[in-house]
Amino acid sequence: MPEKTYREALREAMTQEMESDESVVLMGEDIGVYGGTHLITDGLIDRFGPKRVIDTPIAEGGFTGAAIGMAMMGMRPVVEMMTWNFSFLASDQIIQNAAKVRYFSGGQVEVPLVIRGPNGGGVQLSAQHTHSLENMYGHFPGLKVVSPVTPHDVKGMMLTAIRDPNPVIFLEAGALYGTKGEVPEGDNAVPFGKARIAREGDDVTLISYGRQVNLCLRVADRLEEEDDVSAEVIDVRSIRPLDEDTLVESVKKTHRAVAVQEQWRLFGVASEVASIIQEKAFDYLDAPVIRVSGAEVPAPYARNLELAAFPSEEAVASAARQVLYQEVEA
Amino acid sequence: MPAHLAGDGVVVFFTQNVPQSGKGTTVAAESQRTEEESVEVREEPSENGAVASADGEHLVDLYKKMILIRIFEEACQRGFRQGKIGGYLHVYIGQEAVATGFLDAFKEGDKVITAYRDHPHALLLGSDPKAVMAELYGKGTGLVKGKGGSMHLFDVERGFMGGYGIVGGHIPLGLGFAYAMRYQQTDHITQLYLGDGSMHNGAFHEAANMSGLWGKDGMNPCLFIIENNQYGMGTSVARSTAMTDLAAKFDAYGIENEKVDGMDIEAVLEVAHRATQRVRETGRPYAVEALTYRTVPHGAADFFEKYRTKDEVKKWRERDPIGLLEHKLLERDVLDEESLEEIKGEMKETIDEVVRFANESEEPPIEELYSDVYAGQDEYLGEE
Repeated sequence: MPEKTYREALREAMTQEMESDESVVLMGEDIGVYGGTHLITDGLIDRFGPKRVIDTPIAEGGFTGAAIGMAMMGMRPVVEMMTWNFSFLASDQIIQNAAKVRYFSGGQVEVPLVIRGPNGGGVQLSAQHTHSLENMYGHFPGLKVVSPVTPHDVKGMMLTAIRDPNPVIFLEAGALYGTKGEVPEGDNAVPFGKARIAREGDDVTLISYGRQVNLCLRVADRLEEEDDVSAEVIDVRSIRPLDEDTLVESVKKTHRAVAVQEQWRLFGVASEVASIIQEKAFDYLDAPVIRVSGAEVPAPYARNLELAAFPSEEAVASAARQVLYQEVEA
Repeated sequence: MPAHLAGDGVVVFFTQNVPQSGKGTTVAAESQRTEEESVEVREEPSENGAVASADGEHLVDLYKKMILIRIFEEACQRGFRQGKIGGYLHVYIGQEAVATGFLDAFKEGDKVITAYRDHPHALLLGSDPKAVMAELYGKGTGLVKGKGGSMHLFDVERGFMGGYGIVGGHIPLGLGFAYAMRYQQTDHITQLYLGDGSMHNGAFHEAANMSGLWGKDGMNPCLFIIENNQYGMGTSVARSTAMTDLAAKFDAYGIENEKVDGMDIEAVLEVAHRATQRVRETGRPYAVEALTYRTVPHGAADFFEKYRTKDEVKKWRERDPIGLLEHKLLERDVLDEESLEEIKGEMKETIDEVVRFANESEEPPIEELYSDVYAGQDEYLGEE
C-alpha cells in the first residue's frame, strides 16, 4: 500500500469526489490561486476551474452561509475554514442554519455540506489561533463531527463526509498534515460512528481522538516497557455519532479507562466518554475513569508553556497508573 | 412627537440611485402625494417593455391576494390573543403590496427566502392557507408538520425556501441558491427578502459583497428586496445608521439598486417585473428598497409602542396599500363598493374555515419529535 502524507490523502479524497460528482465544489479563503494556506487544495483550481474551486473573501459567516444555500439546492460544497478558530464567525450559520434547517423545515431540505480545516494546537499559534472545538460542535443535533488522525482515515472519512447528506464538521489534525501513513488507492470510505482500536490491550483503555491518539500510543508503548502493562488505545475518530459500544466493550475487558483530550476539561468530550462508561459499564469498572485534558488557560505562545498546556506523556502515563492503582493521585 | 423620533419615517423620498438601471430620471415623491399623480406615473411604459401597469382583471386578482393576507394575518392576531398560537408572531399588515407585487413576477423554478415575517410569501406562492394556519396552531397538518411555527414556514416544492428567525442570518443562504442556479445552468433567480433591520449586521454586508463579486461573472441572479418598514423592532432606521439610504448601501458592493413606493402595488409591480427580468438575463444581483410600513406592532405581544407616535401611524395608514388599491379600483370603475365588500366577505368565510381546520387538526404525533434531525436513513443519534 502506498505511503502518503495526511495532506495528500485529504487532497486525494476531495479530488476523487470532484471527479466523480460534478455537484462537489470547494470554497474558502485562498484555496485556489494561492493553493491553500496549508496547501491542502494546491493545484485543484488548475484542474477544476474557478467555478468549482472558489476563492472567497475573508468572510467566514458569509461564505459558510452561501455554501449552506448551495447545499440546500443539491450541490455538495466542501468549505475550508483556514483554521477552525475562525469558525466562531461562522457559528451562527453552522448552528442556526446548517444544523437545524432540515428539522424546522419539517424534513423538506437536506444540507450535504462539509466544513473542514485544522483543529487544535501544538504549533505555537497562541490564544486566538488555538482551539479544539469538537465538544462545541458535537453538542448540536443535526451536525456530524469527525476527527481523523491517520492518513488512511482522513481520506476514508472525507469520502464519507462528502457523500453524507448532512452537514459534517471535519476536524483535521492540523499539526500532522505532513505525517505519513499507508493510504489505499481508490475507495476506502470509512463509516462514521465506528471507533478504531488503534492498539489492542488488556489492562487499561486509553480513549482519545485526533493527535492525542498518537500520544496515547506512545504512552502505551512506555507502559508496556516500564510496567509490563498492556494498554488498549481507542481512536474515537467520530465524535457525533459516537461509537459507545466499542468504548463499553473495551472497558468490560480492561475494567479501567483514561480519556484524553487536548481541549479544556469542563464539559469536554472526555467528560462525555467518562459519563457513558459509568452509565453503561459501571459494574465492570475497577477504578473511576480519569480525564486528562488541556490546562484551563487560553493557549500560551512560549514553547514550554504551550507544552505544559496540553496533555503530556507523563500526565497520561500517570493517569493510567492511577487507575491501575500503581500510583496515588498526584 | 418626542424629539428623538423627529423626522423618523414619516416623509419618504424615492430616488433612483443608478440612472442606467431605470428611467434615467430622479422621481422625487412624498408619501402624501395624490393618487392621481401616482396613477399617471405608473401608466408610463418602462423602457424595456416590461409590465408597467396592470389591467383591471390583474389588479382584482392582486387585490384578492392582498385581502387574503390581511384577513389571514388578522386571524393570526386573534389566534395569538386566544393563546392558540404560541411563540413569536410577526404579521405583514401594512406591507402587503411588497410581497404581492414581487411574487407576481415569480416564475416556476425561482426560489424565495425571507426572515420571520413570512406568512404572505408562503400564501402568495400557493401554499394551502389551512396548512399555514395549522402550522401556527402547532398541528401535525401544518406546513412543516408543527416543527417550525410562524417563523419557519417552508414549501420547497413551490419554491419557498423558508422563513428564518435570526435577523440577517438567512441572507447568505439566498446568494448560495443563486450561485447554484447558475452552476446548474438554469435561468432561475432568487428573490431574497430582507428587512431594514437586517442591514446593519455582518451577515448582510458579507453576503452583499459576495453577491456583487459573483455577479461580475454572471453567477448570482439574486434580487434583494428590502422590506423597509422603517423599524427594526422598535428602533427606527435613523436610530440605527447614519446613512439612512438603504438602497444606496448596495452601491458599496457594486450592486445596482433603486427604491419603490412599497405601498403602491402598481409601482411595485412595475419594478418587480423589470428587476426580475434583468436579474434573470444578466445573472447579476439587483436591489430594490420598498418603502413600506408595518401599521401594527412588531410582534403580537408588543402592545405598547413607545417608539412611534399615533400621528405617524395614522399618516401611514392613510396610505394603506389595500386602501390605495381600492381607491384605484373604484376610480377606474373596475369594481364598485359592493364588489369590494363581496370579496372581503368571501375571504372572511374562507379564513374562518381555515381557522376551523387549524383548530380541529390533531397535534403532531409524538414520534415527530425525533424525525428530520438527519437526512439519509433519518438516523437519530441521541436517545429516545
